[in-house]
This record gives sequence, C-alpha cells and structure tokens, in this order.
Amino acid sequence: MNEAAHEMQDLYRELVLDHSRNPRHFGRLKDPTHTADGINPLCGDKLKLYLRVNAAGEIESSSFEGTGCAISVASASLLTDTVTGLPVEQARACSAAVAERLTTGDRALELAANLENLRALDGVRHYPSRVKCATLAWHALHSALNQDTTPATTE
Amino acid sequence: MGASAKAVSAADWRADFPALDQSVHGQPLVYLDSAASAQQPAAVIDAVSRYQREDHANVHRGVHTLSHRATEAYEGARDKVRDFINAGSRTEIVLTSGTTEAINLVAQSFCRPRLQPGDKILITHLEHHANIVPWQLVCEQTGAELVVAPINDKGEVELSTLLGLIDERVFLIGIAHVANALGTVCPIEKVIEHAQGRGIPVLVDGAQGVPHLDVDVQALGCDFYVFSGHKMFGPTGTGVLYGREELLESMPPWQGGGDMILEVSFDKTIYNELPYKFEAGTPNISGVVGLGTAIDYLQSIGMANIASYEQALHDYMVVELRKVEGIRLIGEARHKASVQSFLLDDIHSHDLGTILDHQGVAIRTGHHCAMPVMQHFGISGTSRASLAFYNNHDDVDRLIAALGKAKEIFG
Repeated sequence: MNEAAHEMQDLYRELVLDHSRNPRHFGRLKDPTHTADGINPLCGDKLKLYLRVNAAGEIESSSFEGTGCAISVASASLLTDTVTGLPVEQARACSAAVAERLTTGDRALELAANLENLRALDGVRHYPSRVKCATLAWHALHSALNQDTTPATTE
Repeated sequence: MGASAKAVSAADWRADFPALDQSVHGQPLVYLDSAASAQQPAAVIDAVSRYQREDHANVHRGVHTLSHRATEAYEGARDKVRDFINAGSRTEIVLTSGTTEAINLVAQSFCRPRLQPGDKILITHLEHHANIVPWQLVCEQTGAELVVAPINDKGEVELSTLLGLIDERVFLIGIAHVANALGTVCPIEKVIEHAQGRGIPVLVDGAQGVPHLDVDVQALGCDFYVFSGHKMFGPTGTGVLYGREELLESMPPWQGGGDMILEVSFDKTIYNELPYKFEAGTPNISGVVGLGTAIDYLQSIGMANIASYEQALHDYMVVELRKVEGIRLIGEARHKASVQSFLLDDIHSHDLGTILDHQGVAIRTGHHCAMPVMQHFGISGTSRASLAFYNNHDDVDRLIAALGKAKEIFG
C-alpha cells in the first residue's frame, strides 16, 4: 500500500466509519439544560448539541442531531460517548484538550484514559481543510457549557 | 471568431498548462475544478511575469516610458476584451475585480438611484450567490422586491414560467448564462428578446459562459454582461462589466478616487469619461495584461472548437457517471455545459472530495455558492466535476475509478 492509501486509512479509521454510520446518542434530548448550535459555513455542516446537567454538576445525558460529513458526525458521536457521565469541569477540560490536539496535530499532547477513543480522529491532522469538520462538535460543547446562544462556528 | 488556426488537439492544449503537469498524493493530477477557477496557460503566466519584470508603472499618468508601456498594455487588453465579446465600443468595457464587483456596480449605480418601493428585480433559482445577494442588498435599500423564477427537477429554468413573472414592476432581470452548480445553459436569448420588447434591462452573469461558449453581446442584445478573468484561464482579481453605452453614461460613479475624475476641486468634481468613470484607483494592471493574453490564447484555439470539444467530453462524462452504481446526478438539463454535479450513495460530498483528492482527482464539493439550488433539491451539497478543454477522456476515466475506490472505503 502506498503512502497516500495509508493516510486515507488513517483518516477513515474503522472507528470513525462505525460512528459515522451508526452515530451514538443521535436525536433530540428531552429536557436539555444546555444546548448549542454548531455551523461550519465552509461546507454547510450543521449540528445541534443537547446536554442535561444534573444538580451534582454532571452531564447526565447528551445527544446531537444534524447533518455533516463522516468526520463531523463521527466526532460528534464520539463526543457524546465521551462526555456523558462527566462532571462539567472535566468536560470543559476535555473539550479544550481535544480541540488543541486536533488543531495542532500534536500527538504528544496526551489524552486522559477516558479520551482514548478520540485518538481515532488523529488522522485529520493531514487534512487542514478537514480539521474544522472534526472540531465543530467540540466548539459546540464549549458554547453549550458557556450557555452561549450564538451558534459556534469553525471560522 | 472563426475556426481555429490550430488543429483540435486536446493533448497540445493540455501541455500549455504547467500546473496540470504534476502529481498529487503520488498520482498524476486530474483537475476537474475549472468552474471554481481555471488553470492558466504558460502564455498568461509569462505575460504577467514579463510585464512585472519589464514594463510595470502606473497607468494613465506618467509621461515616462514605462508608464506609457503599462498604459498601452492595459488599454490593449481592454480592446481584446471588446473584440472577444464583440462589444460595439471599448467605452462599454469596464474592468473590474471580477463578476461579483461588476454585479454590485450595476446594483448600486444603475438600480439603486432608480428603484422605487414595489419595483422588482427578477432572477432565477439557479443563480450563484453573487447574482442574488447584491440584489437583496439593493432591495433592502430601496424597498424593491426580489422575485425568483423557479426551476424544475432537471435544474432548468422554464421559460414560460419566467416570462409569466414579468410585469410592469420588473425593473431588471438578472440571469446566469450557464449555472455554476448545475451547468444548465439558460435560455438567455429568449429572455433578452422578451425583456427588450418591454424595455426591461437584462444583466447576464457570464462567469461560466465565456470560458465555454462564443459570446457576442451585440447579437445577444443584453444590456449588461459580466464575467471573471480567472474562470477563463486568466488571473484572479480581474473581471469585466460590459454595459450598453447609453446605460453606463446615465449611471453615477460607483466608487470615487483617482483615475475616475477629470477635475477635482472642493466645490465640484467632474467625472472622467467612460469607461474610466467606473475605474477608481490604480487597477490590477498585471492581471488585466494576463486577461488580454488569455483572450489571445482562447482565440488561437477558437471558441467554437472549445465548445464542441467540451460538449463531447461532457457527454462522455455524463454517460460514464450514469454507469456508476449508487450515483445520483443533480442537474440534468437538456442544454448543459461542462459541469456535472452528483451524489454517490450516502457519502457526504466532503468525504468524497477528500478520497478523490487522495487519488489525485480534484473536484469541488459543497454548496458551490448556490445554496438555494441545494435547497431546491433538498440536499446540503454536491460533488461537482467541471471540465475545460485541457481535460480528456483519461481524466473522466480516472474520476470514475476514484469513485469506485470511495465506494470501497464507505461500502
């Protein structure tokens, strides 16, 4: 297999394809406490993220709906998988760590054990035009936790 | 524009474009994104470079030799543009930064002072955002209304429906010559003929027209025809507003500054004559020099040769795409030029674009600055392969093979 084919496989890893085909927590959440819209104006990807935070400050459940490419859907799906059950502060830290890892492509930036699955998105670092697809949901998470009502964008 | 001096040989033409001779991700480049921006022949690149190295100075000002050369080169290009679209006079050729600026100029300088609340600007559902938003702006400014002629499921404007929308409140009609997202060739001749009879000016967005079709603005009889240099193998940042002299004369300047004046005092400024009245500030001289060279190049091949070669290649591409299992063609007008939009299975166009890029095949993905067209088809975007005369059957075959690879990955 040539290098290009390797890179291609690195981007569309099995876990990414799996999450894009069968997104977890897809759909509207009943009684959300936090929501945010994410828009990628470049490619028209749109998603809405829902969170329900309980009295103890934990994300009790989360979901998303919207349309987008395999990378953005898989990233949102992985996000909901990851943050469900986390205290809000940890989710915030997680959002920052993932956004930085995806943006800088810095693999040295170690991920906490509960973020292991997110390594599946590492392949985007070869694709400057696709990094935004992967970060969209994480920008939305940041907005939702900050109760920001303007849509998160990747621009 | 007569028949070609050169034999019709796509291999010769392709060799004229240095950017096509490279590998991307280890594969020879297949460039199928000319509708977004076309590659430039070596002649254009060299002309721009030679101008920068040898002749550059400001235009219309100095008495020195370089300024004279620069002015000659710049104004010489204007003459080439006039000849290329067969305008009646060089005063009708306003050089702009592109199609977008040209349309905004007409909206703000021609329409804005005259539009009354309740007047209408009529466009079609096929338009690029550049032929929508400038009209929305001027409608907001004046209380006029934007009316949109619908399209059918083939992506065609139905002439009778469009003509049925014309009434005494329609002030101007804006219509694409060739629709950028779908490749539909619009029935502009009929629209112009009908509008002329009722005294309604027509602006034709020719950005996707001039690279593929022989355009004669006098034969068309349109009032405004606008296009961009970079879609016709010239430099970015160049464009043309053709306007009938009588209309341009009646319009106030669009921007103020140097070059567009005859005399300035704090009491009064006397504007320059056409076309300089609309060319404030130092223009994109080297770009316009390149545009002139692009016209020389196109004329050396002959637009009629280009159109027939591209039509045959387009038809081959459509036939081959139809054979791909899971393909859905978006835009199947009877009369099309150079472009095919499509969807493959439920693969998102951006994923498809990335996978094709990895095989050296460059296509455009997304909404193509024509979101209303996407809304009509109930989709967020398409993949679009667009052809120029430097493409060939092998390019189409590579596209088809790359689509097969995408199906494997997403299968």
